[in-house]
Amino acid sequence: MEVPILKQGGYLIATIQAALSDADLIRLQDALVEQVGKFRSKGVIIDVTALDVMDSFATRTLRSIAHMIKLRGAETVICGIQPEVAFAMVQLGLTLEGISTTLDLEEGLALLNQRMLKRGGVHGK
Amino acid sequence: MGNDTPRLVAKPPPNIELNTEIRNLDNEMHIHIESDADIVVAREQGRAIGRSIGFSSTDLTIIATAISEIARNILVFAKSGEIILGTADQGDRRCITIIAEDKGPGIRDVSLAMRDGFSTGRGLGLGLPGTRRLMDEFQLISSPGKGTTVTMKKWITRNG
Amino acid sequence: MAKKDEARFSEVELEQGTEESIGELLRQLVAHLRQNRTQLRQEWARRITQAKLLTAMSQDEIFAEATTIYDNYVEALESGTFEALQGYARNLSERIIPRGVETHEVIGIVLLLRDVLARSLFAKYQHDFSLLNRILDAYEPAANRIANTVAVGFVQERERTIRQQQEAIRELSTPVLQVRERLLILPIIGVIDPQRARQLTEQLLRGIRTNRAKVVVIDITGVAAMDSNVANHIVQTVEASRLLGATVIVTGLSPEIAQTLVTIGVDLTKMNTVGDLQGGIEEAEKLLGYKVLILGETSTTIQTT
Repeated sequence: MEVPILKQGGYLIATIQAALSDADLIRLQDALVEQVGKFRSKGVIIDVTALDVMDSFATRTLRSIAHMIKLRGAETVICGIQPEVAFAMVQLGLTLEGISTTLDLEEGLALLNQRMLKRGGVHGK
Repeated sequence: MGNDTPRLVAKPPPNIELNTEIRNLDNEMHIHIESDADIVVAREQGRAIGRSIGFSSTDLTIIATAISEIARNILVFAKSGEIILGTADQGDRRCITIIAEDKGPGIRDVSLAMRDGFSTGRGLGLGLPGTRRLMDEFQLISSPGKGTTVTMKKWITRNG
Repeated sequence: MAKKDEARFSEVELEQGTEESIGELLRQLVAHLRQNRTQLRQEWARRITQAKLLTAMSQDEIFAEATTIYDNYVEALESGTFEALQGYARNLSERIIPRGVETHEVIGIVLLLRDVLARSLFAKYQHDFSLLNRILDAYEPAANRIANTVAVGFVQERERTIRQQQEAIRELSTPVLQVRERLLILPIIGVIDPQRARQLTEQLLRGIRTNRAKVVVIDITGVAAMDSNVANHIVQTVEASRLLGATVIVTGLSPEIAQTLVTIGVDLTKMNTVGDLQGGIEEAEKLLGYKVLILGETSTTIQTT
Protein backbone atom coordinates (compact mmCIF):
# COMPACT_ATOMS: atom_id res chain seq x y z
CA MET A 1 0.00 0.00 0.00
CA GLU A 2 1.50 3.29 -1.03
CA VAL A 3 1.64 6.10 1.45
CA PRO A 4 0.17 9.29 0.01
CA ILE A 5 2.52 12.27 0.07
CA LEU A 6 1.03 15.71 -0.18
CA LYS A 7 2.98 18.75 -1.12
CA GLN A 8 1.97 21.82 0.81
CA GLY A 9 4.05 24.84 -0.03
CA GLY A 10 7.55 24.10 1.16
CA TYR A 11 6.53 21.02 3.08
CA LEU A 12 5.72 17.43 2.34
CA ILE A 13 3.02 15.68 4.34
CA ALA A 14 2.98 11.89 4.39
CA THR A 15 -0.07 10.26 5.92
CA ILE A 16 0.47 6.71 7.05
CA GLN A 17 -2.34 4.16 7.06
CA ALA A 18 -2.88 1.48 9.67
CA ALA A 19 -1.73 -1.78 8.12
CA LEU A 20 1.71 -0.63 7.12
CA SER A 21 4.09 -3.36 6.08
CA ASP A 22 7.86 -3.15 6.30
CA ALA A 23 8.12 -2.86 2.56
CA ASP A 24 5.67 0.06 2.57
CA LEU A 25 7.84 1.84 5.09
CA ILE A 26 10.97 1.39 3.01
CA ARG A 27 9.12 2.63 -0.06
CA LEU A 28 8.04 5.66 1.91
CA GLN A 29 11.63 6.36 2.87
CA ASP A 30 12.73 6.27 -0.75
CA ALA A 31 9.80 8.39 -1.91
CA LEU A 32 10.31 11.08 0.71
CA VAL A 33 14.02 11.35 0.12
CA GLU A 34 13.44 11.64 -3.61
CA GLN A 35 10.69 14.23 -3.29
CA VAL A 36 12.53 16.35 -0.77
CA GLY A 37 15.30 16.60 -3.28
CA LYS A 38 12.96 17.17 -6.19
CA PHE A 39 10.87 19.90 -4.58
CA ARG A 40 13.55 21.31 -2.33
CA SER A 41 11.20 20.93 0.59
CA LYS A 42 12.19 22.44 3.88
CA GLY A 43 10.09 20.23 6.09
CA VAL A 44 8.47 16.83 6.18
CA ILE A 45 5.57 15.85 8.38
CA ILE A 46 4.86 12.17 8.82
CA ASP A 47 1.36 11.72 10.18
CA VAL A 48 1.12 8.46 12.11
CA THR A 49 -2.36 9.03 13.56
CA ALA A 50 -3.63 5.84 11.95
CA LEU A 51 -0.64 3.75 12.95
CA ASP A 52 -1.82 1.28 15.55
CA VAL A 53 1.55 -0.27 16.32
CA MET A 54 4.99 1.27 16.51
CA ASP A 55 7.56 -1.46 16.87
CA SER A 56 11.35 -1.42 16.78
CA PHE A 57 11.48 -1.70 13.01
CA ALA A 58 9.12 1.20 12.46
CA THR A 59 11.03 3.30 14.96
CA ARG A 60 14.39 2.57 13.38
CA THR A 61 13.04 3.32 9.92
CA LEU A 62 11.47 6.61 10.98
CA ARG A 63 14.76 7.66 12.54
CA SER A 64 16.55 6.68 9.39
CA ILE A 65 14.09 8.70 7.31
CA ALA A 66 14.61 11.75 9.51
CA HIS A 67 18.34 11.36 9.23
CA MET A 68 18.36 11.08 5.47
CA ILE A 69 15.98 14.00 5.10
CA LYS A 70 18.18 16.10 7.32
CA LEU A 71 21.09 15.36 5.04
CA ARG A 72 19.06 17.00 2.34
CA GLY A 73 18.53 20.06 4.48
CA ALA A 74 14.98 19.45 5.68
CA GLU A 75 13.36 18.97 9.08
CA THR A 76 11.19 16.04 10.02
CA VAL A 77 8.24 16.14 12.36
CA ILE A 78 6.25 13.11 13.37
CA CYS A 79 2.71 13.86 14.43
CA GLY A 80 -0.23 11.91 15.73
CA ILE A 81 1.31 9.20 17.88
CA GLN A 82 -1.61 7.73 19.77
CA PRO A 83 -1.54 7.49 23.59
CA GLU A 84 -1.66 3.68 23.53
CA VAL A 85 1.12 3.53 20.99
CA ALA A 86 3.27 5.96 22.98
CA PHE A 87 2.69 3.88 26.07
CA ALA A 88 3.73 0.66 24.35
CA MET A 89 6.76 2.36 22.86
CA VAL A 90 8.17 3.55 26.17
CA GLN A 91 7.51 0.18 27.76
CA LEU A 92 9.41 -1.44 24.94
CA GLY A 93 12.16 1.12 25.37
CA LEU A 94 11.81 2.67 21.93
CA THR A 95 12.75 6.27 21.44
CA LEU A 96 12.35 8.86 18.74
CA GLU A 97 15.00 10.99 20.32
CA GLY A 98 16.17 13.69 18.02
CA ILE A 99 12.97 13.86 16.04
CA SER A 100 10.32 16.43 16.86
CA THR A 101 6.97 14.95 17.70
CA THR A 102 3.67 16.77 17.90
CA LEU A 103 0.15 15.90 18.85
CA ASP A 104 -1.35 16.40 15.42
CA LEU A 105 -0.90 17.83 11.96
CA GLU A 106 -1.90 21.33 12.98
CA GLU A 107 0.74 21.42 15.69
CA GLY A 108 3.24 19.91 13.32
CA LEU A 109 2.73 22.64 10.75
CA ALA A 110 2.93 25.29 13.45
CA LEU A 111 6.20 23.86 14.66
CA LEU A 112 7.71 23.77 11.19
CA ASN A 113 6.56 27.33 10.55
CA GLN A 114 8.27 28.53 13.69
CA ARG A 115 11.42 26.70 12.77
CA MET A 116 11.36 28.30 9.34
CA LEU A 117 10.89 31.73 10.88
CA LYS A 118 13.88 31.08 13.01
CA ARG A 119 15.84 29.89 10.05
CA GLY A 120 14.65 32.78 7.96
CA GLY A 121 13.61 30.36 5.25
CA VAL A 122 10.44 29.72 3.32
CA HIS A 123 7.45 28.45 5.24
CA GLY A 124 4.52 26.54 3.96
CA LYS A 125 1.23 28.26 3.62
CA MET B 1 21.88 11.67 18.04
CA GLY B 2 20.60 8.40 16.79
CA ASN B 3 22.19 6.24 19.44
CA ASP B 4 20.18 5.23 22.43
CA THR B 5 21.60 6.44 25.66
CA PRO B 6 21.46 4.00 28.53
CA ARG B 7 18.23 4.71 30.14
CA LEU B 8 16.76 3.66 33.38
CA VAL B 9 14.81 0.49 33.05
CA ALA B 10 13.10 -1.35 35.86
CA LYS B 11 14.74 -4.67 36.62
CA PRO B 12 12.75 -7.20 34.68
CA PRO B 13 11.39 -10.21 36.52
CA PRO B 14 13.41 -13.40 36.06
CA ASN B 15 12.54 -15.59 33.10
CA ILE B 16 9.15 -16.46 34.46
CA GLU B 17 8.41 -20.12 34.16
CA LEU B 18 5.06 -20.61 32.58
CA ASN B 19 2.93 -22.02 35.33
CA THR B 20 -0.02 -22.85 33.19
CA GLU B 21 -0.17 -25.41 30.47
CA ILE B 22 0.69 -24.02 27.12
CA ARG B 23 -0.98 -26.30 24.64
CA ASN B 24 -4.40 -26.28 26.21
CA LEU B 25 -5.47 -23.39 24.06
CA ASP B 26 -8.92 -22.25 23.06
CA ASN B 27 -9.50 -20.28 19.88
CA GLU B 28 -6.17 -21.52 18.59
CA MET B 29 -4.94 -19.80 15.46
CA HIS B 30 -1.82 -20.42 13.41
CA ILE B 31 -0.24 -17.80 11.24
CA HIS B 32 2.60 -18.72 8.97
CA ILE B 33 5.28 -16.06 8.87
CA GLU B 34 7.17 -15.74 5.66
CA SER B 35 6.85 -12.12 4.64
CA ASP B 36 6.42 -8.78 6.31
CA ALA B 37 2.77 -8.74 5.31
CA ASP B 38 2.32 -11.82 7.50
CA ILE B 39 3.56 -9.83 10.47
CA VAL B 40 0.66 -7.44 9.98
CA VAL B 41 -1.79 -10.35 9.79
CA ALA B 42 -0.40 -11.88 12.96
CA ARG B 43 -0.72 -8.73 14.99
CA GLU B 44 -4.22 -7.96 13.73
CA GLN B 45 -5.29 -11.45 14.71
CA GLY B 46 -3.67 -10.94 18.08
CA ARG B 47 -5.55 -7.71 18.47
CA ALA B 48 -8.82 -9.37 17.53
CA ILE B 49 -8.35 -12.23 19.96
CA GLY B 50 -7.29 -9.84 22.69
CA ARG B 51 -10.33 -7.72 22.08
CA SER B 52 -12.59 -10.76 22.27
CA ILE B 53 -11.39 -11.53 25.77
CA GLY B 54 -11.76 -7.98 26.93
CA PHE B 55 -8.36 -6.29 26.95
CA SER B 56 -8.25 -2.49 27.06
CA SER B 57 -7.14 -0.60 23.99
CA THR B 58 -3.77 0.08 25.57
CA ASP B 59 -3.25 -3.61 26.22
CA LEU B 60 -4.36 -4.47 22.69
CA THR B 61 -1.67 -2.20 21.33
CA ILE B 62 0.85 -3.77 23.66
CA ILE B 63 -0.15 -7.25 22.49
CA ALA B 64 0.05 -6.26 18.84
CA THR B 65 3.44 -4.66 19.40
CA ALA B 66 4.83 -7.73 21.16
CA ILE B 67 3.60 -9.95 18.33
CA SER B 68 5.14 -7.63 15.79
CA GLU B 69 8.51 -7.83 17.49
CA ILE B 70 8.73 -11.60 17.75
CA ALA B 71 7.21 -12.19 14.34
CA ARG B 72 9.82 -9.94 12.82
CA ASN B 73 12.55 -11.87 14.64
CA ILE B 74 11.30 -14.99 12.90
CA LEU B 75 11.52 -13.28 9.56
CA VAL B 76 14.91 -11.75 10.11
CA PHE B 77 16.67 -14.68 11.71
CA ALA B 78 14.85 -17.76 10.49
CA LYS B 79 13.23 -16.60 7.25
CA SER B 80 10.02 -18.43 8.17
CA GLY B 81 8.13 -19.77 11.13
CA GLU B 82 4.81 -19.87 12.91
CA ILE B 83 2.91 -17.62 15.22
CA ILE B 84 0.37 -19.50 17.30
CA LEU B 85 -2.28 -17.54 19.13
CA GLY B 86 -4.78 -18.78 21.65
CA THR B 87 -6.60 -18.13 24.87
CA ALA B 88 -6.87 -19.99 28.16
CA ASP B 89 -8.87 -19.69 31.35
CA GLN B 90 -7.75 -19.98 34.93
CA GLY B 91 -10.47 -19.30 37.46
CA ASP B 92 -11.65 -15.78 36.85
CA ARG B 93 -8.58 -14.90 34.83
CA ARG B 94 -8.14 -15.33 31.13
CA CYS B 95 -5.02 -14.99 29.09
CA ILE B 96 -3.89 -14.61 25.55
CA THR B 97 -1.04 -16.92 24.68
CA ILE B 98 1.38 -16.05 21.92
CA ILE B 99 3.88 -18.57 20.65
CA ALA B 100 6.54 -17.84 18.06
CA GLU B 101 8.21 -20.92 16.65
CA ASP B 102 10.93 -21.25 14.10
CA LYS B 103 13.51 -23.75 12.93
CA GLY B 104 16.12 -21.09 12.43
CA PRO B 105 19.71 -20.96 13.58
CA GLY B 106 18.79 -20.61 17.25
CA ILE B 107 20.35 -18.44 19.91
CA ARG B 108 23.63 -19.52 21.40
CA ASP B 109 23.47 -17.38 24.51
CA VAL B 110 19.93 -17.00 25.78
CA SER B 111 20.93 -14.94 28.78
CA LEU B 112 22.76 -12.51 26.56
CA ALA B 113 19.72 -12.19 24.36
CA MET B 114 17.65 -11.36 27.41
CA ARG B 115 20.11 -8.91 28.89
CA ASP B 116 18.42 -5.75 29.89
CA GLY B 117 19.42 -2.32 31.06
CA PHE B 118 19.41 -0.85 27.63
CA SER B 119 16.65 0.02 25.24
CA THR B 120 15.82 -2.14 22.30
CA GLY B 121 18.77 -2.39 20.01
CA ARG B 122 21.14 -3.96 22.48
CA GLY B 123 21.05 -7.51 23.72
CA LEU B 124 21.75 -9.00 20.30
CA GLY B 125 19.27 -6.69 18.66
CA LEU B 126 16.38 -9.04 19.11
CA GLY B 127 14.29 -6.69 21.17
CA LEU B 128 13.51 -9.53 23.56
CA PRO B 129 14.07 -7.79 26.90
CA GLY B 130 11.74 -5.02 25.83
CA THR B 131 9.15 -7.45 24.59
CA ARG B 132 9.28 -9.28 27.88
CA ARG B 133 8.44 -6.07 29.71
CA LEU B 134 5.25 -5.88 27.72
CA MET B 135 3.94 -9.27 28.77
CA ASP B 136 3.10 -10.98 32.06
CA GLU B 137 4.77 -14.33 31.36
CA PHE B 138 7.65 -14.92 29.02
CA GLN B 139 9.69 -17.95 28.09
CA LEU B 140 12.50 -18.27 25.59
CA ILE B 141 13.75 -21.65 24.49
CA SER B 142 16.47 -21.77 21.93
CA SER B 143 19.72 -23.44 21.06
CA PRO B 144 21.97 -23.41 18.03
CA GLY B 145 20.63 -25.66 15.32
CA LYS B 146 17.44 -26.35 17.19
CA GLY B 147 15.42 -23.29 16.38
CA THR B 148 13.68 -20.92 18.73
CA THR B 149 10.39 -20.88 20.58
CA VAL B 150 9.15 -17.82 22.38
CA THR B 151 6.03 -18.18 24.51
CA MET B 152 4.32 -15.19 26.07
CA LYS B 153 1.13 -14.62 27.98
CA LYS B 154 -0.86 -11.65 29.08
CA TRP B 155 -3.57 -12.04 31.69
CA ILE B 156 -6.81 -10.23 32.24
CA THR B 157 -9.13 -10.61 35.16
CA ARG B 158 -12.75 -10.94 34.27
CA ASN B 159 -14.26 -7.58 35.00
CA GLY B 160 -17.86 -8.25 34.16
CA MET C 1 0.96 -66.01 42.02
CA ALA C 2 -2.52 -67.31 41.43
CA LYS C 3 -3.72 -65.96 44.72
CA LYS C 4 -2.43 -62.52 43.78
CA ASP C 5 -4.27 -62.62 40.49
CA GLU C 6 -7.36 -63.71 42.29
CA ALA C 7 -7.07 -60.86 44.72
CA ARG C 8 -6.59 -58.41 41.89
CA PHE C 9 -9.49 -59.85 40.01
CA SER C 10 -11.82 -59.49 42.93
CA GLU C 11 -10.55 -55.96 43.45
CA VAL C 12 -11.48 -55.11 39.91
CA GLU C 13 -14.83 -56.72 40.37
CA LEU C 14 -15.39 -54.73 43.47
CA GLU C 15 -14.37 -51.51 41.73
CA GLN C 16 -16.57 -52.20 38.78
CA GLY C 17 -19.36 -53.01 41.14
CA THR C 18 -18.87 -49.73 42.91
CA GLU C 19 -18.62 -47.82 39.60
CA GLU C 20 -21.96 -49.02 38.40
CA SER C 21 -23.59 -48.35 41.73
CA ILE C 22 -22.48 -44.73 42.02
CA GLY C 23 -24.87 -43.62 39.34
CA GLU C 24 -27.60 -45.71 40.93
CA LEU C 25 -26.82 -44.34 44.38
CA LEU C 26 -26.93 -40.77 43.19
CA ARG C 27 -30.25 -41.44 41.56
CA GLN C 28 -31.60 -42.72 44.85
CA LEU C 29 -30.16 -39.69 46.56
CA VAL C 30 -31.67 -37.26 44.10
CA ALA C 31 -35.04 -38.98 44.36
CA HIS C 32 -34.90 -38.65 48.13
CA LEU C 33 -34.01 -34.96 47.90
CA ARG C 34 -36.84 -34.33 45.47
CA GLN C 35 -39.39 -36.21 47.56
CA ASN C 36 -38.45 -34.31 50.66
CA ARG C 37 -37.93 -30.99 48.97
CA THR C 38 -40.40 -29.08 51.05
CA GLN C 39 -39.28 -30.24 54.49
CA LEU C 40 -35.60 -30.04 53.70
CA ARG C 41 -35.80 -26.51 52.36
CA GLN C 42 -37.77 -25.39 55.36
CA GLU C 43 -35.36 -27.08 57.71
CA TRP C 44 -32.47 -25.39 55.98
CA ALA C 45 -34.06 -21.96 56.07
CA ARG C 46 -34.85 -22.46 59.74
CA ARG C 47 -31.26 -23.32 60.52
CA ILE C 48 -29.95 -20.38 58.53
CA THR C 49 -32.00 -18.03 60.66
CA GLN C 50 -31.08 -19.91 63.82
CA ALA C 51 -27.39 -19.46 62.98
CA LYS C 52 -28.04 -15.76 62.43
CA LEU C 53 -26.86 -15.83 58.84
CA LEU C 54 -28.11 -13.66 55.98
CA THR C 55 -29.42 -11.14 58.50
CA ALA C 56 -29.41 -8.55 55.70
CA MET C 57 -32.27 -10.42 54.07
CA SER C 58 -35.90 -10.97 55.02
CA GLN C 59 -37.36 -14.40 55.79
CA ASP C 60 -39.15 -14.51 52.47
CA GLU C 61 -36.03 -13.61 50.58
CA ILE C 62 -34.02 -16.24 52.41
CA PHE C 63 -36.61 -18.86 51.61
CA ALA C 64 -36.75 -17.83 47.96
CA GLU C 65 -32.98 -18.00 47.56
CA ALA C 66 -32.85 -21.23 49.54
CA THR C 67 -35.33 -22.75 47.13
CA THR C 68 -33.32 -21.81 44.09
CA ILE C 69 -30.03 -22.95 45.59
CA TYR C 70 -31.67 -26.23 46.66
CA ASP C 71 -33.03 -26.89 43.19
CA ASN C 72 -29.71 -26.05 41.58
CA TYR C 73 -27.98 -28.29 44.12
CA VAL C 74 -30.16 -31.27 43.26
CA GLU C 75 -29.81 -30.49 39.57
CA ALA C 76 -26.01 -30.52 39.85
CA LEU C 77 -26.08 -33.80 41.76
CA GLU C 78 -28.28 -35.33 39.12
CA SER C 79 -26.55 -34.10 36.00
CA GLY C 80 -23.00 -34.10 37.29
CA THR C 81 -22.43 -30.83 35.48
CA PHE C 82 -21.84 -27.58 37.27
CA GLU C 83 -22.18 -24.85 34.67
CA ALA C 84 -25.71 -23.99 35.65
CA LEU C 85 -24.69 -23.91 39.28
CA GLN C 86 -21.71 -21.67 38.52
CA GLY C 87 -23.91 -19.30 36.61
CA TYR C 88 -26.42 -19.21 39.40
CA ALA C 89 -23.71 -18.73 42.04
CA ARG C 90 -22.40 -15.67 40.17
CA ASN C 91 -25.86 -14.32 39.70
CA LEU C 92 -26.69 -14.83 43.36
CA SER C 93 -23.46 -13.18 44.42
CA GLU C 94 -24.08 -10.17 42.22
CA ARG C 95 -27.37 -9.69 43.97
CA ILE C 96 -26.39 -10.27 47.57
CA ILE C 97 -23.02 -8.53 47.71
CA PRO C 98 -24.53 -5.05 47.46
CA ARG C 99 -26.80 -6.13 50.33
CA GLY C 100 -23.75 -6.57 52.51
CA VAL C 101 -23.71 -10.34 52.68
CA GLU C 102 -20.27 -11.58 53.65
CA THR C 103 -18.17 -14.56 52.70
CA HIS C 104 -18.53 -16.40 55.99
CA GLU C 105 -22.30 -16.24 55.60
CA VAL C 106 -22.28 -17.80 52.16
CA ILE C 107 -19.91 -20.55 53.21
CA GLY C 108 -21.98 -21.00 56.34
CA ILE C 109 -25.28 -21.56 54.54
CA VAL C 110 -23.76 -23.97 52.06
CA LEU C 111 -22.26 -26.02 54.89
CA LEU C 112 -25.60 -25.95 56.67
CA LEU C 113 -27.30 -27.36 53.61
CA ARG C 114 -24.78 -30.17 53.50
CA ASP C 115 -25.50 -30.89 57.11
CA VAL C 116 -29.28 -30.82 56.67
CA LEU C 117 -29.08 -33.21 53.74
CA ALA C 118 -26.59 -35.50 55.44
CA ARG C 119 -28.77 -35.77 58.52
CA SER C 120 -31.80 -36.63 56.43
CA LEU C 121 -29.76 -39.35 54.75
CA PHE C 122 -28.76 -40.73 58.13
CA ALA C 123 -32.38 -40.76 59.16
CA LYS C 124 -33.49 -42.55 56.01
CA TYR C 125 -30.74 -45.18 55.81
CA GLN C 126 -30.06 -45.76 59.48
CA HIS C 127 -31.24 -49.35 59.17
CA ASP C 128 -28.76 -50.21 56.44
CA PHE C 129 -25.34 -49.06 57.52
CA SER C 130 -23.56 -50.45 54.47
CA LEU C 131 -25.98 -48.74 52.06
CA LEU C 132 -25.70 -45.50 54.03
CA ASN C 133 -21.94 -45.69 53.65
CA ARG C 134 -22.18 -46.21 49.92
CA ILE C 135 -24.64 -43.36 49.54
CA LEU C 136 -22.36 -41.04 51.51
CA ASP C 137 -19.43 -42.13 49.35
CA ALA C 138 -21.40 -41.05 46.32
CA TYR C 139 -22.67 -37.90 48.00
CA GLU C 140 -19.41 -36.60 49.50
CA PRO C 141 -17.41 -35.65 46.39
CA ALA C 142 -20.41 -34.14 44.69
CA ALA C 143 -21.39 -32.16 47.77
CA ASN C 144 -17.83 -30.93 48.16
CA ARG C 145 -17.73 -29.75 44.60
CA ILE C 146 -21.02 -27.96 44.98
CA ALA C 147 -19.95 -26.22 48.18
CA ASN C 148 -16.75 -25.21 46.47
CA THR C 149 -18.47 -23.91 43.37
CA VAL C 150 -20.84 -21.72 45.30
CA ALA C 151 -18.25 -20.41 47.74
CA VAL C 152 -15.61 -19.77 45.10
CA GLY C 153 -18.18 -18.11 42.87
CA PHE C 154 -19.09 -15.77 45.67
CA VAL C 155 -15.52 -14.98 46.60
CA GLN C 156 -14.57 -14.25 43.01
CA GLU C 157 -17.52 -11.95 42.65
CA ARG C 158 -16.57 -10.14 45.81
CA GLU C 159 -13.01 -9.73 44.63
CA ARG C 160 -14.28 -8.35 41.36
CA THR C 161 -16.42 -5.84 43.21
CA ILE C 162 -13.52 -4.79 45.39
CA ARG C 163 -11.29 -4.36 42.36
CA GLN C 164 -13.90 -2.17 40.72
CA GLN C 165 -14.14 -0.06 43.81
CA GLN C 166 -10.37 0.26 44.01
CA GLU C 167 -10.30 1.25 40.37
CA ALA C 168 -12.87 3.94 41.01
CA ILE C 169 -10.91 5.25 43.97
CA ARG C 170 -7.74 5.31 41.98
CA GLU C 171 -9.45 7.17 39.21
CA LEU C 172 -10.74 9.77 41.64
CA SER C 173 -7.47 10.15 43.43
CA THR C 174 -5.27 10.70 40.43
CA PRO C 175 -6.67 13.77 38.81
CA VAL C 176 -5.07 15.24 35.80
CA LEU C 177 -5.79 18.91 36.22
CA GLN C 178 -6.15 21.44 33.51
CA VAL C 179 -5.30 24.77 35.06
CA ARG C 180 -4.58 26.87 32.04
CA GLU C 181 -5.21 26.36 28.43
CA ARG C 182 -2.88 23.67 27.12
CA LEU C 183 -1.26 23.19 30.50
CA LEU C 184 -1.84 20.10 32.57
CA ILE C 185 -0.75 19.36 36.08
CA LEU C 186 -0.37 15.86 37.41
CA PRO C 187 0.28 15.79 41.14
CA ILE C 188 1.48 12.33 42.10
CA ILE C 189 0.63 11.59 45.69
CA GLY C 190 1.18 8.57 47.88
CA VAL C 191 2.16 5.05 47.07
CA ILE C 192 2.66 4.13 43.47
CA ASP C 193 2.13 0.46 42.76
CA PRO C 194 2.57 -0.75 39.19
CA GLN C 195 -1.14 -0.72 38.50
CA ARG C 196 -1.55 2.82 39.72
CA ALA C 197 1.55 3.93 37.91
CA ARG C 198 0.17 2.63 34.68
CA GLN C 199 -3.18 4.22 35.27
CA LEU C 200 -1.51 7.55 35.93
CA THR C 201 0.37 7.41 32.67
CA GLU C 202 -2.65 6.38 30.67
CA GLN C 203 -4.77 9.13 32.20
CA LEU C 204 -2.11 11.72 31.57
CA LEU C 205 -1.61 10.71 27.95
CA ARG C 206 -5.33 10.74 27.29
CA GLY C 207 -5.49 14.10 29.00
CA ILE C 208 -2.75 15.48 26.77
CA ARG C 209 -4.66 14.44 23.72
CA THR C 210 -8.04 15.67 24.93
CA ASN C 211 -6.76 19.01 26.18
CA ARG C 212 -4.16 19.41 23.44
CA ALA C 213 -1.73 20.15 26.19
CA LYS C 214 1.65 21.52 25.24
CA VAL C 215 3.11 21.55 28.72
CA VAL C 216 2.68 19.10 31.55
CA VAL C 217 3.86 19.69 35.08
CA ILE C 218 4.36 16.48 37.03
CA ASP C 219 4.67 17.19 40.73
CA ILE C 220 6.26 14.50 42.81
CA THR C 221 6.34 16.33 46.14
CA GLY C 222 3.80 13.91 47.56
CA VAL C 223 5.33 10.68 46.36
CA ALA C 224 5.62 8.36 49.35
CA ALA C 225 8.70 6.39 48.38
CA MET C 226 11.11 6.82 45.54
CA ASP C 227 12.71 3.67 44.27
CA SER C 228 13.91 2.50 40.90
CA ASN C 229 10.46 1.28 39.87
CA VAL C 230 8.77 4.56 40.66
CA ALA C 231 11.60 6.53 39.09
CA ASN C 232 11.44 4.37 36.01
CA HIS C 233 7.73 4.92 35.77
CA ILE C 234 8.16 8.68 35.96
CA VAL C 235 10.80 8.59 33.25
CA GLN C 236 8.51 6.54 31.03
CA THR C 237 5.66 8.97 31.62
CA VAL C 238 7.89 11.88 30.66
CA GLU C 239 9.03 10.14 27.50
CA ALA C 240 5.56 9.10 26.45
CA SER C 241 4.28 12.63 27.00
CA ARG C 242 7.00 13.98 24.75
CA LEU C 243 5.95 11.59 22.01
CA LEU C 244 2.59 13.31 22.16
CA GLY C 245 4.28 16.66 21.68
CA ALA C 246 4.12 17.88 25.25
CA THR C 247 6.99 19.34 27.19
CA VAL C 248 7.27 17.97 30.68
CA ILE C 249 8.41 19.79 33.77
CA VAL C 250 9.03 17.71 36.85
CA THR C 251 8.64 19.55 40.13
CA GLY C 252 8.99 18.67 43.77
CA LEU C 253 12.36 17.07 43.39
CA SER C 254 14.10 17.42 46.72
CA PRO C 255 17.89 17.30 46.68
CA GLU C 256 17.71 13.92 48.38
CA ILE C 257 15.40 12.50 45.75
CA ALA C 258 17.47 14.03 43.00
CA GLN C 259 20.48 12.26 44.46
CA THR C 260 18.57 8.98 44.62
CA LEU C 261 17.54 9.31 41.00
CA VAL C 262 21.05 10.03 39.86
CA THR C 263 22.33 7.05 41.81
CA ILE C 264 19.71 4.85 40.20
CA GLY C 265 20.86 6.01 36.82
CA VAL C 266 18.32 8.59 35.75
CA ASP C 267 19.84 11.25 33.54
CA LEU C 268 18.46 14.40 35.12
CA THR C 269 19.96 16.62 32.47
CA LYS C 270 17.41 15.18 30.11
CA MET C 271 14.60 16.14 32.39
CA ASN C 272 13.29 19.62 32.86
CA THR C 273 13.12 20.00 36.62
CA VAL C 274 12.05 22.86 38.82
CA GLY C 275 12.10 23.03 42.62
CA ASP C 276 8.46 23.43 43.50
CA LEU C 277 5.07 23.27 41.88
CA GLN C 278 4.57 27.01 41.84
CA GLY C 279 7.87 27.50 40.11
CA GLY C 280 6.96 24.77 37.69
CA ILE C 281 3.70 26.43 36.74
CA GLU C 282 5.48 29.73 36.21
CA GLU C 283 8.01 28.02 34.01
CA ALA C 284 5.20 26.35 32.08
CA GLU C 285 3.42 29.63 31.52
CA LYS C 286 6.60 31.13 30.26
CA LEU C 287 6.94 28.29 27.82
CA LEU C 288 3.38 28.71 26.66
CA GLY C 289 3.75 32.46 26.27
CA TYR C 290 6.17 31.80 23.52
CA LYS C 291 5.29 30.08 20.33
CA VAL C 292 8.44 28.16 19.75
CA LEU C 293 9.17 25.09 21.79
CA ILE C 294 12.30 23.36 20.73
CA LEU C 295 12.45 19.90 22.18
CA GLY C 296 15.65 18.30 23.24
CA GLU C 297 17.87 21.33 22.77
CA THR C 298 18.46 24.34 24.96
CA SER C 299 15.26 26.27 24.68
CA THR C 300 15.80 29.10 22.33
CA THR C 301 12.62 31.01 22.31
CA ILE C 302 11.18 33.54 19.99
CA GLN C 303 8.50 35.77 21.26
CA THR C 304 5.62 36.40 18.95
CA THR C 305 3.15 39.18 19.37
